[in-house]
Amino acid sequence: MTHTDIHAYLAEFEDIPGTRVFTAKRARQGYHLNQFAMSLMKPENRERFKADERAYLDEWAISEEAKLAVLARDYNALLDMGGNIYFLSKLFSTDGIAFAEAVSTMTDMSWPEYRQMMLDGGRSPEGVRSIREGR
Amino acid sequence: MARITAGVGSSHVPLLGVAHDQGKERDDYFGPIFAGYDWTREWEKQEKPDVVILVYNDHASAFDMKFIPTFAIGCGERYAPADEGWGPRKVPDVIGHPDLAWHIAQSLILDEFDMTIINEMDVDHGLTVPLSMMFGTCEQWPTTVIPLAVNVVTYPPPSGNRCWALGEAIARAVESFPQDLNVQIWGTGGMSHQLQGARAGLINPEWDNRFLDLLEANDDAVRHIPHIEYLRETGSEGIEMVMWLIMRGALGQRVKTLHRHYHVPCSNTAIGHIVLAPD
Repeated sequence: MTHTDIHAYLAEFEDIPGTRVFTAKRARQGYHLNQFAMSLMKPENRERFKADERAYLDEWAISEEAKLAVLARDYNALLDMGGNIYFLSKLFSTDGIAFAEAVSTMTDMSWPEYRQMMLDGGRSPEGVRSIREGR
Repeated sequence: MARITAGVGSSHVPLLGVAHDQGKERDDYFGPIFAGYDWTREWEKQEKPDVVILVYNDHASAFDMKFIPTFAIGCGERYAPADEGWGPRKVPDVIGHPDLAWHIAQSLILDEFDMTIINEMDVDHGLTVPLSMMFGTCEQWPTTVIPLAVNVVTYPPPSGNRCWALGEAIARAVESFPQDLNVQIWGTGGMSHQLQGARAGLINPEWDNRFLDLLEANDDAVRHIPHIEYLRETGSEGIEMVMWLIMRGALGQRVKTLHRHYHVPCSNTAIGHIVLAPD
């Protein structure tokens, strides 16, 4: 098999617009944030979190910045801090909102606009494949 | 002798499970999606597989960040549907096939695929949605299932080439199992979707359909698509399609297409479905 250069492999991910690939670097940075989100899989934890979000967050080794982003449900900020979408989705379901609605908050569209875009066939890949190549 | 008689590819969008569980399969939104599975449901009633090797990914349900196995095979007796935050799906427990699963696990390790063994876990929508799509509503699933979980969440996932080679090794392992079993292999996930960031909602029907064409081809060119191409062309979660290559690799070089279906959208995702048989 051909050898893949890990540095070149990772560098290419940074060339995709509007996308944070869940690399080892992000996985390390977001470890406790993602494990916090994972804890919301248990009904008793969901109840404790809903009763006092701040107190529940304070039990975790998460930065103050990330705690504030959780409280604000700022998903783009959480992605920047190493959050992974499948872990953050535990927060969507705790809030009782649809996955697609939560996803729409990361775009520049409202939920009705985003839903309509999907019904119309989704976002075209034209122009959002590569920053460097502008295609 | 056990033999792999068919391969099935399918998306496993969680919303499909919701539509099924809430009786919305034939409404205006979901009708065109489920219509594309009618053929397969009838075909499965004729085929009556004894075992399905079901390739899927766990979505932070059984696996969290503590352990991240690249390839893991379920050797347990049974698996309950996972609570993904909404309560478990009300679908039957999944019954395993520990004899064949352990045989495959041992064979793969001797064949230099260093598998992780799973004895107990809950299974999420990645596994139970394809069962609902292919079998509809059941008191019990009409087949045993060997879960094969692939890491496509934390980078790097396995290469397409490695997935194809794993499929080939699974086929060799199945063929060396002495009991006469009708085995199918399913590859699930995809097709184009991106669930995060400003580029969320990306859909690329041209690329998806070219991928389906490559699966139908009598060669292995599809195994060489690099990760970056899946990401650029089909969205960050489109990478799940590497799992279809485990299914395709297990069928050998020559295949015939029995059924194919494509629909946009389902939630954030393009739905793809294909049924192939070794030729």
